Amino acid sequence: MIEINNIYKAFNGKEVLKGISAQFKKGETNLIIGGSGTGKSVLLKCMIGLVKPDQGNVLYNGRDFYHCDKDMQQSIRREMGVLFQGGALFDSKTVEENVRFPLDMLTSQSAEEKQERVAFCLQRVGLEQAAKRMPSEISGGMKKRVGIARAIVMNPAYLFCDEPNSGLDPLTSVKIDELIKEITDEYQITTIIITHDMNSVMEIGENIMFLYQGDKLWEGVNTDITKTTVPELKEFLFSNKLLREMQE
Amino acid sequence: MSVIGKYFIFLGTLFGKGEKLSVYWRRLMEECVGIGVSSIFIVAIVSTFIGAVSCIQTAYNLVSPIIPISTVALIVRDMEILELAPTITCIVLAGKVGSNIASELGTMRITEQIDALEVMGINSSSYLVLPKVVAAMLTFPMLVIFSAFLGILGGYLAGTLTGVITERDYLYGIRDSFVPYNIFFMCVKPFVFGFLIASISSFKGFFTSGGALEVGKASTQAVTNSCISILIADYLLAQLLL
Repeated sequence: MIEINNIYKAFNGKEVLKGISAQFKKGETNLIIGGSGTGKSVLLKCMIGLVKPDQGNVLYNGRDFYHCDKDMQQSIRREMGVLFQGGALFDSKTVEENVRFPLDMLTSQSAEEKQERVAFCLQRVGLEQAAKRMPSEISGGMKKRVGIARAIVMNPAYLFCDEPNSGLDPLTSVKIDELIKEITDEYQITTIIITHDMNSVMEIGENIMFLYQGDKLWEGVNTDITKTTVPELKEFLFSNKLLREMQE
Repeated sequence: MSVIGKYFIFLGTLFGKGEKLSVYWRRLMEECVGIGVSSIFIVAIVSTFIGAVSCIQTAYNLVSPIIPISTVALIVRDMEILELAPTITCIVLAGKVGSNIASELGTMRITEQIDALEVMGINSSSYLVLPKVVAAMLTFPMLVIFSAFLGILGGYLAGTLTGVITERDYLYGIRDSFVPYNIFFMCVKPFVFGFLIASISSFKGFFTSGGALEVGKASTQAVTNSCISILIADYLLAQLLL
């Protein structure tokens, strides 16, 4: 379980996060939604240690990420898998090398063990045929899947996905959502997804948090979200003409 | 001042907790090829022509009958060893290697590749930058020795083929009044310049934020700042070591 308490962050005096608190349970797909510039990505970065919050703490199964020694922080980091928005694949390495990279750097496994694990992860995301290709030779959807394979190669306890559907067509987007959901259920990972995608919200959002101008305005499950009375969330949800008509 | 302070803090992070030695060895070899071997062609072209032009222009200016013509070769040799090979070669390398390092790291930064390393708990500056700095410090002196050799050879070819100096005079001139210490001085310069070019360019690239435009700006700043630092260090080394 991940628990965030009173996370506050400001850049050059501008408040981006205004004391966010939440709990993300093990084995659940947790979604953080909101419009552009509401602080979703900053919150994610605070949780994974890329941006240090000005106040508050982030607890990983009770271990305080920002108030523990470096060894503990390192061990928490090794339990994280992160899927970045653009995949963040290393351009100079093949798909296979990208997935193997955390194993090469952080473990002392034999070459055979690493190969076996990489093959399993690539097969899990359906990319065993693309192992020898360079990131520049594969599509956006494939890059996301390689990013997922790299994120799960170390058997993470926590999976963070920053806009996994951005730049993808609706069909590929659904496939990526399904893959993340399957992996979350299969390995009982605590998954946190930052998204704008309403399809993801309705399909895989087991626990949803809505951010608006750095504040948490709503939290709940996907079956309740359309019944919300929060005007900002209603505006966000029904900004799409089709959804608005369906609601009416 | 804050940028200079940030630069020194950045240098400190290179020697923070690192990765396995085998990882660094592999990275160092990759960088030696990327920085050193891939620069041989441009260094060869520049050095040969600079040596050739130095010979022709020195001969053009030495018209006094009381100065022996072999002095042309002596001047070409000393110019090559003391200044042209180490400084001009490193300025050329600042353009080629510096811009390459800054744009590579800048692109890695804006495409979140550096963030990916940091999230894995890898010391990204040490993993990415330290091998580049060490590779530059190792390969630049070799390139400069190669450059000095080709510069003197260029002078020989230009001088003898155009008839401004005979082969005998040239060979006599390049051995006349030779000071072996100058070779040591020639090797110290690229060692220092290599450090400056690789670390300044890495610093500029590593802290790029924004998009493609900022990567281009970082690359330009890396080359400009590297060239300025080379010229300042060149002067200081000359004052200190000669």
